[in-house]
Amino acid sequence: MERPAAPPEPSLAAAGAPLPLPADDDPGACSVPRGGGWRPGARWARDGALSPAATSVEIDALPAHQRPTLRVLGRRSEPAAHPFRALPPDERMAGHGAAGRPAVRAGRGRPAVLIARTGQREVVTAACPEALALGLGPGMAAAHARALVTDLNVREAEPDNDRALLERLALHAALHWTPLASVAAPDGLWLDLTGTAHLFGGEARFCRRLVRFLQRLGFTARIAVAGTPGAAHALARYGDDPVTLLPAGAEAQALADLPLPALRLAPDALTAAARFGLERIGDLYPMPRGPLARRLGLAAVERLDQARGLAAEPIVPVVPVELPRAERRLLEPVATAEAIAQVMGDLVDDLVAALQARGEGLRAAVLEAVRVDGDAQRVAFGTARATRDAAHLQRMLAMRIERIKPGLGIEAMTLTALRVEELAPVALGAMLAGEDRAADLAPLVDQLAGRAGEDALFRMGAVESDVPERAVRRAGVLSHPPGWPAWKRPVRLLSRPERLSHVVALLPDHPPRRFVWRGRRYRVVAGDGPERIHGEWWRSAREMWAVRDYFRVEAEGGERFWLFRRGDGVDPPTGDLSWYMHGMFG
Amino acid sequence: MPALSSLTDRPRAEQLAALRAEVAHAEGARGPVLAFGLGALDGRLADRGLDGAGLHEIAAASSALSDDAAATLFAAGIAARLAAPGSSVLWALTRFDLYAPGLEQVGLGPDRILYAQGRKDSEVLALAEEGLRDGALACVVAEVKAADQTATRRLQLAASEGRTPMLLYRRHRTRERCPLTAPSAARTRWRIGCAPSAPLPYPGVGRGRWSVELVRQRGGNPFSLELEACDDTGCLALPAAVADRAPAPVGAARRAA
Repeated sequence: MERPAAPPEPSLAAAGAPLPLPADDDPGACSVPRGGGWRPGARWARDGALSPAATSVEIDALPAHQRPTLRVLGRRSEPAAHPFRALPPDERMAGHGAAGRPAVRAGRGRPAVLIARTGQREVVTAACPEALALGLGPGMAAAHARALVTDLNVREAEPDNDRALLERLALHAALHWTPLASVAAPDGLWLDLTGTAHLFGGEARFCRRLVRFLQRLGFTARIAVAGTPGAAHALARYGDDPVTLLPAGAEAQALADLPLPALRLAPDALTAAARFGLERIGDLYPMPRGPLARRLGLAAVERLDQARGLAAEPIVPVVPVELPRAERRLLEPVATAEAIAQVMGDLVDDLVAALQARGEGLRAAVLEAVRVDGDAQRVAFGTARATRDAAHLQRMLAMRIERIKPGLGIEAMTLTALRVEELAPVALGAMLAGEDRAADLAPLVDQLAGRAGEDALFRMGAVESDVPERAVRRAGVLSHPPGWPAWKRPVRLLSRPERLSHVVALLPDHPPRRFVWRGRRYRVVAGDGPERIHGEWWRSAREMWAVRDYFRVEAEGGERFWLFRRGDGVDPPTGDLSWYMHGMFG
Repeated sequence: MPALSSLTDRPRAEQLAALRAEVAHAEGARGPVLAFGLGALDGRLADRGLDGAGLHEIAAASSALSDDAAATLFAAGIAARLAAPGSSVLWALTRFDLYAPGLEQVGLGPDRILYAQGRKDSEVLALAEEGLRDGALACVVAEVKAADQTATRRLQLAASEGRTPMLLYRRHRTRERCPLTAPSAARTRWRIGCAPSAPLPYPGVGRGRWSVELVRQRGGNPFSLELEACDDTGCLALPAAVADRAPAPVGAARRAA
């Protein structure tokens, strides 16, 4: 027999052989004791001979009509397998869909295969157990499969739908079992059970529950729980048992016997590994990393490290968000403001109904209007507080109607709630007893923000600073900022203190007698002060010694000012004794 | 004679009822009245206070910044007395130079005042109008330089529709011209300026005083008064009679304060 260019599909040959291996009566073919490790370049490998088990696998992989006859195979001395012993392992492997594992489950309707077009040819991507029993399998040309089996049920593969289903499953997992769930394309899910397994009675019980759940959905599941995503991935697909619980730290040992594809290597890395005679993951362990990276690529080494837990592999979780949205497709394109407003009203009604069902309120939404020419116009708006008041939302949208350019007409409109918050009913409290509740400002705030922009609305709150211009800060509209200490403060503050000239004042702590500001002379009749404010040395080195002495003064005409002098009048480093106008009391 | 009197009485009673209904309607159009609590002031106002659903204009007596601050505090004091705890005042303006700690000292704490900064006067007026129509606010204050008759009429209508008082603070555009000379639909128009405070018997600045001038009012006469500035709840006060007061320090003693 010719030696194949690539080693036969190695995965399940020995790891999970369903049939008991026959006693080998050909000792000359292999110099290595059975079950022991082998080295690349061993004599039996060099000779080009295959182990009988591999040969039988290869024969099994062939379609029924291509299998060699007994005469070609030669006389073999192994006993026939017991028919009933073969059943359970076959069923176990059936869900995996590996080639060459004919499941004995006949008489269940027509055999079915899924095909996908790759370039010019149609290739079978999956086959049902019946089809597998007839020798059809993934990788086969569709025409070939049709020729082999006349009443074959051929369907198009839908990888996108498969992916969507997996994503829904991941979403379900994220909502019910663990916050970190992700799709392991193309056929698996990753669930991070850290800190969540105990909620379901431990890992074993959780796995049983998961298997039952998927059974109800019509799936055959294989589960592995391991310390690293790589190990779990490998054990779930190539392990022996449908449910594998791997103790922490045993990844390297558990993976050693698995075939290389379990490591999620790239196809060319696998080809290279086959050329070097590397078959199992354990073969890579003793190899020096440098040459290994050169021959199989750095990615392969990384995969190996990830599977053994030497390199981190974070799971990117799916975020369980389903945004509420409403959509209207229009029979006739609309272009007038009235028609657009009508559609907006319908969309808002739909969205409010959806939000009502979910018990949520809208915080931000985007309206998308698709024009006839395919251009999408987007209008976004936000609300100050979660709301599902249809009239309010319609008013907010109507304010922005002028921003939509309908062009030749709008043929579809979608309203999507980008941000939602829980909105539960509020207890009325003492309202029934006749007490008034404070009016809700949120709708008004939304309207004003829609007119002047969101930055235009603010409150002023306190900052813990004694320097007057730093003591105020803008705060959110619906917040309740704290107030200030009761030191006398002016009602209007100059944005920048203005220097006074011709100041006559007694040092160190008397208000000025007279000064000139903005070209006008003022004579002071009364004054209060000083209120000494020190510089904030933790902000800048210049303020280390700086001092401002603030005075409240009243000029002759009744004008009341807030002045300050730089420096305390004693120590020169505190300031240069210049005077400034800073604010006006009424 | 009794028959004659009954004949003349009957139409008179109907007329009276019609007049009463008319008065009730007019009263209904007006909001709750906010009295100043000062007999000298309230007695001269046609509504015995400020109409709670009307437009009131306030301007500084001169373009000086101190008069401007006095007028601002006058408006802030009215707004503070209108704003019950939990309700808010909208203060719309174009240039933000208010100092919030100073407003808190006449009773407009940071949780009672909501600022809206517009890009120009027309936007400020639009914001104020929207705030008035909503009716959720205790009071709306808008600072503008220019507001013509149409704008003030709109504000007055919006105020009576939303039953929210509106204080239009008119800033000086030029040095000489008072902004209150232009025609307006306001119910009252006030002009506020600083006045020298009563001297204290010890060094220090006493409670501020303002010259409060009611330039125009609907259904009443103008007048002017000198009042003491807002306290920490926004209430004005009448100056104490000179006779009740300690003798004022004179000359050098006063200046030494």
